[in-house]
Amino acid sequence: MKVSNEPLWWAFFGAGGALSALCVPALLFLVALAMPLGWIETPSYEAARALVHHPLARLFLFALISLSLLHWGHRFRYTLYDGLQLKHLESLIVLFCYGGAILGSVFTAFVLWQL
Amino acid sequence: MTQETIALEVFRYRPEQEREPTFQTYEVPLRKDWVVLDALNYIKDEIDGTLTFRWSCRMGVCGSCGMMINGTPVLTCAAFLETYRPGPVRIEPLANFPVVRDLVILMSDFMEKLGRVKPWIITDKEKPVAEGEYLQTPTQLADFKQYSMCINCLLCYSACPVSGLEPDFIGPAAIALAQRYNLDSRDEGSAQRMEVLSQDDGIWQCTLVGECSAVCPKAVDPAGAIQRYKVASTNDWWRSKLMPWGK
Ligand code: SF4
Ligand code: FES
Repeated sequence: MKVSNEPLWWAFFGAGGALSALCVPALLFLVALAMPLGWIETPSYEAARALVHHPLARLFLFALISLSLLHWGHRFRYTLYDGLQLKHLESLIVLFCYGGAILGSVFTAFVLWQL
Repeated sequence: MTQETIALEVFRYRPEQEREPTFQTYEVPLRKDWVVLDALNYIKDEIDGTLTFRWSCRMGVCGSCGMMINGTPVLTCAAFLETYRPGPVRIEPLANFPVVRDLVILMSDFMEKLGRVKPWIITDKEKPVAEGEYLQTPTQLADFKQYSMCINCLLCYSACPVSGLEPDFIGPAAIALAQRYNLDSRDEGSAQRMEVLSQDDGIWQCTLVGECSAVCPKAVDPAGAIQRYKVASTNDWWRSKLMPWGK
């Protein structure tokens, strides 16, 4: 009998779920509703860029995007296992879900670094 | 006025005479004060004495009368017949368990799993009787009381899709009962239970579908117990990886 390594993924899953549930609705409200509908003033390109350029903003965006991706990876892994009953493809699914989330995170880090 | 009736389509399986289960329809009086268990007892007494099912207390305490009614696991002593009007009402043994006969399921797999989580108070050293009782405040009692309400009816195992797909999954009630002792101020066995529950077939097969808590007749909320346990087990895992010397 061996202790499961699931806590590794579950911790990212939990953190990603909590963070995205908290922040994504607020971000969507601001960027997808309030700004285009003119409820609040849309910042200029330079101002927005300066905002995300701040190291803390970049760190926040990285955490939000990468943890959300890891949340997706974990959830989707079990959707494929149980929902589509594909558990026999376990290693492929693990590779695709977590590999995809990690690749996405690396790409995010790259883009944010380049800003 | 003639007595209104309702049809019960009852799952039958008599291993000595048939290889595949069948359904048998019985027409029973639809009485306002009857629960489904009353209707089954009516069948047994008045129509067909060979129908086999478990029951005992008739009041939601013993946990032995669980069955699938129209596909949902319920205690038949707590399910009023009238709710299913006009029928027919389909009655089957609890899903996800082997059937012994008719509506009776085999519980030995659950019994083995329950034993694994050591559902009793474990202390490092027993206090001599002369030193008196183990006292507990109402707040300490409230920590675990909800989990102690479990009546082992197994409705949660029937409702859980993961239990159906992964027969090794230790399952909702066993985990809730582990928490019942883990959260008891008198208990010192949580490390022993953690060893069992942090395996792959422990808590980690749960994907938080939540059906166990939806069907539980005692509001035990096993899904909540499992989530709390996941947090505890995750903390334990990270601590053992980041601070291996702390173990
Ligand atoms: S947790 Fe609820 S549904 Fe499950 S066995 Fe206990 S009382 Fe029944
Ligand atoms: S007969 Fe005891 S719980 Fe239903």
